[in-house]
Amino acid sequence: MSAPVLLDVRNLSVKFPMARSRMGLGPRRSLNAVSDVSMRVAAGETVGLVGESGSGKSTFGRAILRLGELTRGEVLLDGQDMARARGEDLARLRRETAMIFQDPYGSLNPRLTVRQAIGEVLHVHGKKGAAGRDARIVELLELVGLDATLMDRRPGDLSGGQCQRIGIARALAIEPRLIVADECVAALDVSIQGQIINLLMELGQRMHLGMIFIAHDLAMVRRLCDRIAVMYLGRIVEEGPTEQVFKAPRHPYTRSLIEAIPEIDPARMLPSAPLPGEPPSPVNLPEGCAFHPRCPLARSECRTAVPPFVGGAHRAACILAPGGRLNEVGENLPETTPATPTERIETC
Amino acid sequence: MSGTRAISARRIRWPGTVTPLVLGAAILLTWLLIALFAPLLAPYDPIYQDAAVRLQPPSWAHPLGTDNFGRDILSRVIWAARIDLQIAVFGVVFPFVIGTVAGSISGFFGGWVDTIFMRVIDVVLAFPFLVLMLAIITITGPGLGSFYIAMALVGWVSYARLIRAQFLVLKNSDFAMAAVSLGYSNSRVMFRHIMPNAILSSVVFSMSDAVLVLLNGAAISYLGLGVQPPVAEWGIMIAEGQGFITSAWWITTFPGIAIVTLAMGFSLLADGLGEALGVRE
Repeated sequence: MSAPVLLDVRNLSVKFPMARSRMGLGPRRSLNAVSDVSMRVAAGETVGLVGESGSGKSTFGRAILRLGELTRGEVLLDGQDMARARGEDLARLRRETAMIFQDPYGSLNPRLTVRQAIGEVLHVHGKKGAAGRDARIVELLELVGLDATLMDRRPGDLSGGQCQRIGIARALAIEPRLIVADECVAALDVSIQGQIINLLMELGQRMHLGMIFIAHDLAMVRRLCDRIAVMYLGRIVEEGPTEQVFKAPRHPYTRSLIEAIPEIDPARMLPSAPLPGEPPSPVNLPEGCAFHPRCPLARSECRTAVPPFVGGAHRAACILAPGGRLNEVGENLPETTPATPTERIETC
Repeated sequence: MSGTRAISARRIRWPGTVTPLVLGAAILLTWLLIALFAPLLAPYDPIYQDAAVRLQPPSWAHPLGTDNFGRDILSRVIWAARIDLQIAVFGVVFPFVIGTVAGSISGFFGGWVDTIFMRVIDVVLAFPFLVLMLAIITITGPGLGSFYIAMALVGWVSYARLIRAQFLVLKNSDFAMAAVSLGYSNSRVMFRHIMPNAILSSVVFSMSDAVLVLLNGAAISYLGLGVQPPVAEWGIMIAEGQGFITSAWWITTFPGIAIVTLAMGFSLLADGLGEALGVRE
């Protein structure tokens, strides 16, 4: 990567304390939402963060923007640690980062018009004098493909897609260098999703933004992101350039996620054995590799040893991955036994 | 009009533009005008005692009759509107302001601040409302001033709890988080973003609270701790007339009707406001 590192997250953990069991006499427990996650984002780069619900991806996104708790780790923005920043340092983080939320209506104050909502950002950050403010609002609205006539509407009068564009315009109003988009298209119609993704791609390139795109829709991520990180139970299990990860996944979890993408292609069958069960509780994480209870390739030693995160630009935390303990030669992941046609029918 | 009239068992169908909001506002406005123009409207001096016309039933000279001191009931009901409206307004405003400030601080900052406020509220709530009011008034001495102090000290807890609950929900809403992420100050997030959305239910509640305050004021005056005789106040009038309830029904009935209509006005306004502002409950 030649571009300078904009955001460097090191060993970030988020734990939520829980009430003690047995009427307060039980052991003090905590929920490990994010464990020891590291991630780098360069300027102009879009990193996709994917995983099942509850994998900790939103918690991670909020923690790096200091919108949620964080227990341990460093969040370096241009080399300056923001994890414990206060006052002026925290204000700098707020000035240079922005978040786009999942719920297009919920993220806008229902009482403020579009003009007020965007104008407030400009006012607070002293971006424009009162005179130039309206012109700038129109400019921002045009940037996200909205008409200036919407200026005096409130969120209740707008569609979900329009609200999401306003959320993006508001985020752009502070001229951020890093944007965290948390499931920002999940609540929209499919046709609108495509438009918003295209808009984000275009804006990211034009403004040289660093972007973390949190999603569970892998097709969206593949279209938008330069790199992809896969999270499972609060840990990143695989990370690498998008196409490499999609073509040759190195972690069995990633592979099952990719196989589960539905495609309009009758020739390609959906996986005969989709990932069984639910992810285990983040309160009692399994010993060893957290994925072993659901892993089709699990070996006995997966139950005891946490696999290290290995590889170069394309890394994975699995002993069977290239560079892993059982695969020093660097072959692709072994295939699971292909299902026979009869088995396929049974699972349908 | 022919045909069947649509009668809904569950809710009243308001004809045309007469909504609860309009009706409630109209009733309150009427009472406000009556209070403002009391000197012009009242045919007699409300505290002038005319021994010659004691306990007169309603007649052309005294449309609502006279009481046991020969005072004109109509004039007293009209003059009392001034006192009773004042009671309803001040009895609500002070608790509203105190409760809103306390509740928003408590809900927004949470932690030990919240704990302290909640324990204080628990203490206030532990006593029956009227008993606590009487205790406070006993300390501060009878009179309207004491009544307002007691109302403020006791009544703020309802508003504080309402606002706090709203803040607890709204401070975790996406738009509040968005406001934080955009670098807004605590006070801006609190007052510009959360407060306008949190306060609606309190505004609606304050209208129905006004009814309770009014009845409380009447009760306190009835017990001789609020407005002092011979000042005309509906609660006092009912208290004074109760000895004659079998022989002179008009002494208690008309102030009672006045209280009911004013209370209905507030209540309708609360309903209408709640609907107009989209507040549930």
